[in-house]
Amino acid sequence: MAAEMGGAPLLEVRDLAVAFDTDGGAVHAVNGVSYALREGETLGIVGESGSGKSVHVLAMLGLIPRPPGRITGGQVLFQGRDLLSLPEKALRRVRGGEIGFVFQDPMSSLNPGMTVAAQIIEPLRIHLGLDRRAARARARELLDLVRIPNAAGRLDQYPHEFSGGQRQRVMIAVGIACRPKILIADEATTALDVTVQAEIVALVQDLKREIGMAIIWITHDLGVVAGISDTVQVMYAGRILERGPVDDIFADPRSAYTLGLLRSLPDLTRGRAGRGRLRQIEGAPPDMRVPPPGDPFAPRNAYATARCRSEMPPLVQAKGAAPGHLVAAWYDLPEILSDEAERAR
Amino acid sequence: MRASDEPIISVRNLSKHYPLRSWWGGKGSVFRAVENVSFDIRPGETLGLVGESGSGKSTIGRAVTMLNPPTEGSVAFEGTNLSMLSAKAMRAKRARIQTVFQDPYAALNPRMSVGDYVSEAFKLHRPDMSRAERREAVAGLFERVGLEPRFAGRFPHQFSGGQRQRVCIARAIALKPSFIVADEPIAALDVSIQAQVVNLLQDLQAELGLSYLFISHDLRMVRYLCHRVAVLWRGRIVELAESDALYDDPRHPYTRRLLGAVPVPVPAVERARLAAESAAPASAIAEGGDLVEVAPGHWVATPPEDRP
Amino acid sequence: MSGIDRDGAALLPSPTVVEGRRVPLPREPGTLRAFWRRLRARRSAVVGLVIVVGLVLMAVFAAWIAPYDPTETDWGAVRAAPSLAHPFGGDEVGRDVLARIVYGARASLGAGLVSVALAVSLGLPLGLVAGYAGGWVDGAIMRLTDALLAIPFLILAIALAAFLGPSLTNAMVAIGLSATSTFVRLTRAQVQALAAEEFVEAARSVGNPPWRIALVHILPNIVPAILVQATLTIAAAIIAEASLSFLGLGQQPPEPSWGAMLNVAKNFLDQAPWMAIWPGLSIFLAVLGFNLFGDGLRDALDPRGRT
Repeated sequence: MAAEMGGAPLLEVRDLAVAFDTDGGAVHAVNGVSYALREGETLGIVGESGSGKSVHVLAMLGLIPRPPGRITGGQVLFQGRDLLSLPEKALRRVRGGEIGFVFQDPMSSLNPGMTVAAQIIEPLRIHLGLDRRAARARARELLDLVRIPNAAGRLDQYPHEFSGGQRQRVMIAVGIACRPKILIADEATTALDVTVQAEIVALVQDLKREIGMAIIWITHDLGVVAGISDTVQVMYAGRILERGPVDDIFADPRSAYTLGLLRSLPDLTRGRAGRGRLRQIEGAPPDMRVPPPGDPFAPRNAYATARCRSEMPPLVQAKGAAPGHLVAAWYDLPEILSDEAERAR
Repeated sequence: MRASDEPIISVRNLSKHYPLRSWWGGKGSVFRAVENVSFDIRPGETLGLVGESGSGKSTIGRAVTMLNPPTEGSVAFEGTNLSMLSAKAMRAKRARIQTVFQDPYAALNPRMSVGDYVSEAFKLHRPDMSRAERREAVAGLFERVGLEPRFAGRFPHQFSGGQRQRVCIARAIALKPSFIVADEPIAALDVSIQAQVVNLLQDLQAELGLSYLFISHDLRMVRYLCHRVAVLWRGRIVELAESDALYDDPRHPYTRRLLGAVPVPVPAVERARLAAESAAPASAIAEGGDLVEVAPGHWVATPPEDRP
Repeated sequence: MSGIDRDGAALLPSPTVVEGRRVPLPREPGTLRAFWRRLRARRSAVVGLVIVVGLVLMAVFAAWIAPYDPTETDWGAVRAAPSLAHPFGGDEVGRDVLARIVYGARASLGAGLVSVALAVSLGLPLGLVAGYAGGWVDGAIMRLTDALLAIPFLILAIALAAFLGPSLTNAMVAIGLSATSTFVRLTRAQVQALAAEEFVEAARSVGNPPWRIALVHILPNIVPAILVQATLTIAAAIIAEASLSFLGLGQQPPEPSWGAMLNVAKNFLDQAPWMAIWPGLSIFLAVLGFNLFGDGLRDALDPRGRT
């Protein structure tokens, strides 16, 4: 899969599979996910709850509780090393150092009993070995960098003294403290107001230019992904259904699921006159204890063929699409859509 | 004025204040969650209430339904002033006013079957109905909201979020109310499920002539679903207009900022929008004054210097 | 929508229906069967359950199990060491210790169950009212329980014994009354926590009167917590009964009770240690059993604490 880009990838996920043991049986949360991330690339991962989008990154950083979680297969190569076989101590050095992350809820990710300075200084001392004075100076720079006004005055405050948006800025400061190669943002703006989200997304764009890191931006919001991603990856039921250059994915979706998501969004600029019902996706995501055989989206897909329901399609280059635009589908979406248009005429 | 133009619910100068205790427990100042809010909703109309967290939109929803009565102001529903009703009379009135809550995981009683949950509406308000009649009615409601009637005996944990929200909607429409407050009804649902629920709400409105107060932070859905929209900021309405007028010609600086911050799912457009966005926290917007009608039906809280 | 909690939670109770087709659901957490499975998965809970069931069976079928009448004296067996005829030995007047241990289970378990039943039947309604009504009603009930809590059960038992004469029944009443405040407080706290839940607000929004919210919507949701607390309190009540009987305020001679047996045995620790060992061990085992079972119950009833 790395062949699609030039040079060795920064991060390569190979056939990753994760399951959770529950009272009701094993939940297959991630089922063979493979992709590569280049240096400086921004990868937007879109999916709903249960798609495996969050679980798979937590798993590769050793952050899922085991048990009940289990990594049932695969490799995650980061600069040539397999993170999954790294001992916890070595993994800790990667986590928060070369790979920074920002989670959805800044309140529960920050320690309420520690000052902001202490929380930014911690990774600096652990990963970069800075002394207290240097780390504190760097912490101030970082708060400046994430555009917190009067950074020096706020270093010794506690998280509850910050607004939700500012807390997320602090989380980002912690995430980028060690100039990571990759920043993973997991629904980092979901809990924020839309105006604050806009500021945070713009901030991350600026930081990316300054630091040159790669970003994995995990979200359910197609809008955010459209603006910041180089590559978009659509996940469903623990699998990648589609992946490719951002413009191509939005202009020429090849998975019925991607198309369904795009179609179901109402247009902010379109007036109420003549609008019909929203084009909804029928049904609900599958029960991951008993994943449907074949393409997991098939039960909800009006275009699904008999083969979709029995056999999982491989993720391959989509016919006639931009290079690197991959899709897992037995059906040919452009063909179906043009037939539909034909019949409508 | 035609009869149907008579508002079904009429909110006047509604305020909700919470006393703030000072640290020694004495009386302190008050927190003004909602301040002097007025609006009408006509039969069959959906009024959208948008705003960010802490703007007071849920507080308004709960004040209008008297689940958390307002500190000041009046709520007239079908001609009755709800604040004047006794607890018992208000309970009876609840047959006509229903609420669909945000989180269908939390709004259902985990130890009550979904059938009993829906049936409860009849038990409370229709003592004339027999057990069999209730069962029949619940089955009909399940069918109407897209659930299989034979699942009535199951418990909430056996359903997905979207299905649970359908259960909540089934109960909300059970008594054929005239007005439903939908408080962020799709916020907790997966993207692929949201359109289903919005479509269902819309179909039910057409069928039953319902009025909605649709509280949401999803500005795309609000434009799609709502006839009129009120923008709430710091507990006050800063702009209220027909939804097309508000989205195409926003007048208040806060409305503009809000609409300008919505990501657009078109890469080239969204990249341009982002490039113009500043990463620094936005500067303050002047507090609005009283609402002024700048165009027919388009009300804006005008900062003093902008006033004609 | 993300983070291990949210994503995990969304994964677990997934839909059972896709496009109207019933997908075979492996097993449903929350049902009795799932509860048993969770309980069985905890070794200590199973051990506790086995002990508790064993003791209960022993108490119920005491007449069949005990080799002798527990009050029958045999001069040949006075302080006799354990032997084939008297496996646990004999006591100071030649009664069979095994028979007395077996019958003593009735006093201990009976005291535990009855006193806790009394505490729950008083505490639960009071806690419900206090928690849901709030205001001055809450204040009054809570001051009452504070007052009750301020009297140690020993003092209460001594006072009751002084007025009504020492008996096992009075000991049970004393223990039950002093355990009541625990249940008032627990119920009240649970009710207050649940009253903030959206489903209680939803119940109000459809027009439920307060009494119906308390009984139909809140009560079923706090039963598990009460059950766990009751199990653990039984263990405490068994110790309390033993203490009272040890002091002569509980079971009256010659009827057997483990505490009363210890009381007598303390005078013969050198000559006849078995007189103390068996009742001591029995109390220990009973308390251990109820505590282990109670802890397991708590884990198994908490839907968040999945295996």
